[in-house]
Amino acid sequence: MATSHAHDTAHGHHDAKPYGMSRWLFTTNHKDIGTLYLTFACIMFFIGGAMALLIRAELWHPGLQILDPVTFNALTTNHALVMIFGAVMPAWVGFANWMIPMQIGSPDMALPRMNNYSFWILPFAFTLLLGSMFVPGGGPAGGWTLYPPLSLQAGNSLPMTVFAIHLMGASSIMGAINIIVTITNLRLKNMSLLHLPLFVWTWLITAYLLIAVMPVLAGAVTMLLTDHFFGTRFFSAAGGGDPVMFQHIFWFFGHPEVYILVLPAFGIVSEVIPAFSRKPLFGYDAMVYAVASIAFLSFIVWAHHMFTVGMPLAAQLFFMLSTMLIAVPTGVKVFNWTATMWRGSLSFEPPMLFALAFLFLFSIGGFSGLMLAIVPADFQYQDTYFVVAHFHYVLVPGAIFGIMAGVYYWLPKWTGHMYDMKLATWHFWLSAIFVNVLFFPQHFLGLAGMPRRIPDYATQFTDWNMVSSIGAFAFGLSQLLFPYIIWKCVRGGAKATDDVWEGSHGLEWLLPSPPPYHSWETAPTIQFGEEAGEYDPHAKH
Amino acid sequence: MSKKRWLVAGGSIAAAVAGLAGPAFAGWDGLNMTKGVTELSEKIYDLHMLIFEVCLVIAAIVFGAMIYALVRFRKSKGAVADTSHVHSTAYEIAWTLLPVAILIAMAVPAARALVVIEDTRNSELTIKVTGYQWKWQYDYLDSGVSFFSTLAESSNFARERGSGIDPNTVENYLLEVDQHVVIPVDTKVRVLLTANDVIHAWWVPALGMKKDAIPGFVNEIWIKAHALGTYRGQCAELCGRDHGFMPIVVDVVSKEDFNHWVEVHKAPAETVPAAPQAQAAPADAAATPTSSTNR
Repeated sequence: MATSHAHDTAHGHHDAKPYGMSRWLFTTNHKDIGTLYLTFACIMFFIGGAMALLIRAELWHPGLQILDPVTFNALTTNHALVMIFGAVMPAWVGFANWMIPMQIGSPDMALPRMNNYSFWILPFAFTLLLGSMFVPGGGPAGGWTLYPPLSLQAGNSLPMTVFAIHLMGASSIMGAINIIVTITNLRLKNMSLLHLPLFVWTWLITAYLLIAVMPVLAGAVTMLLTDHFFGTRFFSAAGGGDPVMFQHIFWFFGHPEVYILVLPAFGIVSEVIPAFSRKPLFGYDAMVYAVASIAFLSFIVWAHHMFTVGMPLAAQLFFMLSTMLIAVPTGVKVFNWTATMWRGSLSFEPPMLFALAFLFLFSIGGFSGLMLAIVPADFQYQDTYFVVAHFHYVLVPGAIFGIMAGVYYWLPKWTGHMYDMKLATWHFWLSAIFVNVLFFPQHFLGLAGMPRRIPDYATQFTDWNMVSSIGAFAFGLSQLLFPYIIWKCVRGGAKATDDVWEGSHGLEWLLPSPPPYHSWETAPTIQFGEEAGEYDPHAKH
Repeated sequence: MSKKRWLVAGGSIAAAVAGLAGPAFAGWDGLNMTKGVTELSEKIYDLHMLIFEVCLVIAAIVFGAMIYALVRFRKSKGAVADTSHVHSTAYEIAWTLLPVAILIAMAVPAARALVVIEDTRNSELTIKVTGYQWKWQYDYLDSGVSFFSTLAESSNFARERGSGIDPNTVENYLLEVDQHVVIPVDTKVRVLLTANDVIHAWWVPALGMKKDAIPGFVNEIWIKAHALGTYRGQCAELCGRDHGFMPIVVDVVSKEDFNHWVEVHKAPAETVPAAPQAQAAPADAAATPTSSTNR
């Protein structure tokens, strides 16, 4: 890609915007809304993290020390809901808001008022969700999977959780619609789909996943609500219903949800690794097709979350084979990322460090995922700490490290300042080391027979639980560096150039740092593909 | 040039890891899955080790390539990017097809094992297990023996907050019950699983299988243990407040001891079928006859 003319950067006088609270409450600007989403996600990350630390503190030693079992169960439930719906998903929508218009040459998102609305639903949703911890009967203690009949034993927390999920779902669906409409309508005229940056591609697919499955979750939790309050018997065997049906419906949502959490991370890693290898992404088309295949497969593997529920042999075989198939496109992605670094010119700034940790540690999560797909072995792994280790490897060094790579990659663009690289490198090493101290021993615990979701355990599990808890506190405390580094960078620092990184490549780097309030008021003239000629990351202007 | 050297190095690392890992990991107690004492648990263990070793070999090759790239292609060492290296149909086809072949190779033994696991025919004894919040009920359908099994008193006192009892001083903390399940050795035992309130899961690692106990459903598994001993497990599906406190203890005894145990427990079960009575019956010598304790 190459521009045919220098971009006019004199946007300053257009940037009239309200100040104070009303700027944030009524904003329809994609950057402001992106900032709101990211800030919200960061707050939720620390709330969810605090819950995790309470859990790990209780598990430091056998015996019940600080929590009663009901509170423990409520904490595991809300830790998951807060991290998934409060931290990771809003963070991705925040990235989408900031980056998609800048990356496709559009001035803003297509539906700015809906954009404002979809964000401002979230504080209400999470007031309900977190408030449920303090009502009579305690918080929702049936696990984030909300399996009936157990989840129906909840007290007043059940309707609060259900309505919170409805609101989060509405917010996500609106965000997804906005993203699809923006990408399909507002990208540059000559930007074909196979010229979209990978981050935009992964978000386009993620948005379709969201629209497909969030209503399914909404339906499932609504049935819980009517079973509890209005005398229906969807999930009650005694009334002719089927408790297992809930699990099928839930995981039909739940498995695509896993990819909703991690596909945008694939996108960010696909931007960061080429930038710091100073080389284009290897096998761009294959990467796009791999993401699409993963998204398709995600709809036909759901029952691998419930192999122990007792399914016909044929169904077990089908779900085993379809699950194993996911390893193929995922493998293609890992191989292509590796090939991108091959014969590159690598440097190791913080975004690249986080992307590399993603590459290694997400692969470990992929390997344990492959093991879990083997149904007979899964009969032993299911509902143990092995599963806990697996999905935390996929979600923490996967989704969360992807978010961190993205923030460290684009932060200088957003703020116009360089951040403290030394401190960010510290943040990386502390995170990368302690995330392993935290989660790797959980593989051992699971294989040795420790079930998940228990507040107290047999004494032979003590040692690795202690190691895991040490890792948890060290990992959790190191994360305090993250908002500090961001805050410092927002306040000031060395002026960032427009390119920021030597190998950065893409439309966003043609804008000044920080970019004008409205990104591309005049569409830039860019050539793609064959017309653009030789790839040269330095010839951007 | 360097490509060949790396292939040799990667290959030998992979071989070394695979060669060492098998025996080494198998011997590390508390780090790996138990091999267990049943036909199925051994099959499952073998599958687990096979897929684990396959993963280790793939990991050695993939991580080897990544690490090589990180070392060899550093800008600080003067590496210059080859920006034309963006696509290779041959490689891309290879690294799509190779994983498919590996997966098929894995799926075959897994499917074979699954067929055996699901075959509950020709059992000699049937036990119905019912999950309750938070205890298990066992009904021996052939002989009418029936009892509840709940967390042992010693663990139950120690687990209270502020009990002042160090769990390390309690024998088999959280893994002991008032009444053990007793099954005969070398006998195909069919276990029917259901629940009375919420979903539970019955799991004894050494016996290999875990399956959900669901209200309104009857699931089945089978066990054929070949070693005498006491084997311990826990409920594996979140079932509310005391999910962590409804263990399972199974004694595998000789066929004679088992018949004796049935005779002793049959009488009270016939006259007073109500479970609390059976629960009150002494957990006598027959229930704790054997030597080794499985962790």
